[in-house]
Amino acid sequence: MSGANVPPVTSVAALYGIAHRIEADAAERYAMLADQMETHNNLDLARMFRDLARAERLHADKIRELAGAIGVGDDGGPIGPWKADSPESVDLYAARYDMSPHEALRMALAAEERALAFYTDLAASKVDRTVRDLATSFAAEEREHVALCHRLLERYPPASAARPGDPDAPGDR
Amino acid sequence: MNAAEPLKCRPSDYKSEVKPIWCPGCGDYHVLMALTRAMAALGLPPERIAVVSGIGCSSRIPAYTNCYGFHGVHGRSLAVATGLKIARPDITVICASGDGDGYSIGGNHFLHACRRNVDLAYIVMDNHIYGMTKGQPSPTTEPDFDTALAPGGTGLRPFNPLVVALASGANFVARAYSGNPNETAELIVDAIKHPGFSFVEILSPCVTYRPDQRSWKDRVHPAPVTPTDDPARAARRLMTDDGFNLGVLYRGHRAPYTPPTAAAMVAPESLEEEFEV
Ligand SMILES: Cc1ncc(C[n+]2csc(CCOP(=O)(O)OP(=O)(O)O)c2C)c(N)n1
Ligand code: SF4
Ligand SMILES: [Mg+2]
Repeated sequence: MSGANVPPVTSVAALYGIAHRIEADAAERYAMLADQMETHNNLDLARMFRDLARAERLHADKIRELAGAIGVGDDGGPIGPWKADSPESVDLYAARYDMSPHEALRMALAAEERALAFYTDLAASKVDRTVRDLATSFAAEEREHVALCHRLLERYPPASAARPGDPDAPGDR
Repeated sequence: MNAAEPLKCRPSDYKSEVKPIWCPGCGDYHVLMALTRAMAALGLPPERIAVVSGIGCSSRIPAYTNCYGFHGVHGRSLAVATGLKIARPDITVICASGDGDGYSIGGNHFLHACRRNVDLAYIVMDNHIYGMTKGQPSPTTEPDFDTALAPGGTGLRPFNPLVVALASGANFVARAYSGNPNETAELIVDAIKHPGFSFVEILSPCVTYRPDQRSWKDRVHPAPVTPTDDPARAARRLMTDDGFNLGVLYRGHRAPYTPPTAAAMVAPESLEEEFEV
C-alpha cells in the first residue's frame, strides 16, 4: 500500500488523469467496504462507508469538471498505474466485520494522509510549474480532508472495552 | 467495429450483482478486483469468458463475475475447466481454486493439467489454510503453524506449488500477491495471453484463520531475476525461492494440447464392428 511505483507525472493532463483515478479508486474501495458491512450486518458502518464513497465520487466529478477540455482520460486504463494500491484507497486488509466507527475513521485518515503525502511529494519534486501548482492545490484539499477526519474522530472516540463481543466469532474454534 | 478489436470495458462490467460474503479483510476481495481489471484490460466480452472453480471461500469467485461460471465439486475445478476448453476452444477459460481445493483433494488434477498443457489460466488463491471449513492445515501450511486443530503444527513439509507446476510441464508459472491488485491483474492478463496451461499462484491472506498473514505485505518482494524460458534455470531459481518472490518465473514454448480433429477420431460404429462376435 503505497504511492510507490507511480509513473512520472509530467503534464497537467497526466495529473488530472491520476487525480481522478485516485478519487475513483477510493470511491470504489469505500463502496466495497459498505457492501461488506451490509452483508455482515454492521449497518452503522455500512452507512458511514457509503457516505465516504459518495464524497470520493463527488471529488472525482469535481476533478473531471476542473479538467474541462483537457479531460481525465490519462488514468492508466482498467488496470491503473500502481503496482499496489492507489494512495487514497483504504487498506482493505485492515477491515473487520465488527469494526467500530473509530477504527473505520482511522482507516480513512490513513488513506487521506497517503493522498496528502503523494501530492506533497509530487509538488516538491522536479516538475513543471503548472504541474507543481496543481499538485499543491490538490495537496491543500487533502489537508482539509485529513483535518475533517481528525474532527470526526473526536466525535467517535475509541470503542469502549464494553463493546459487546460476538459469542460465535468466526475465528473461534 | 472490427470484430478482432478489443472492447473498451470497465472492471465493473465484469462484476455480477451478487455481493461477496467473504470476511471483511479477506485477500480474495483483491483477487476479484484484479481479475475484473484483467478482464477489462483484455477487452473480452463477458460471454466469451468462463470462470470455473471448485469448493472453498476462494472458489466462490465465479458467482461474483458476470461471465459464464461453474462452481464445481471440491478439487475438480481443473477437470471441468479442461473439458470445457476442449469442447469450446473459442471461450477463454479461467480456472480458480484455493490451496485446499487445488493442492489437496485436487492435487492429482493439478499434475495432469500441467502435463496436458490445455490452453487455460489457473489461478490459485493460496492462504495456506482451509478457510471455509474453519482453519484446518492445507498442503501449504507451515509445519509449525500451531492451532487447536493441529496442536504443535503438522510437522509436515509444505508442498511447493511452483516446483510441482514446473516439473509437471506447466507452460507459464508465476506468483502474485493479492495486496498488489494491479500487478496481479497484469500477471493474470499475461497468463491468459500465454498459450497452454498457465499457472498463477496468488498469495491471498485469510485474515480470519491466519491473521498473521496481514504481515505478508512486508514480506513479498519482486523476484530479483527476469522470467526465463529455460526450465532448468527456473528450477534452480526455485531452490532459493523464499516463497515471497513475485512475478513471472517461467514462460515456456511448449505447444498447447489440441484435441484430435473429427477426421482423426474413430467413429463409435467402427468400434462396434471390431467387437462383433
Ligand atoms: C468432497 C469434499 N470434501 C471435503 C469438503 C469440505 N471442504 C469444503 S472447502 C474445503 C477446503 C477449502 O480450502 P481452500 O481450497 O484452501 O479454500 P479457502 O476456503 O481457503 O479459500 C473442504 C475440505 C467438501 N466440500 N467436499
Ligand atoms: S475464512 Fe478466510 S479465506 Fe474465508 S472468507 Fe474469511 S478471510 Fe477469506
Ligand atoms: Mg485456502
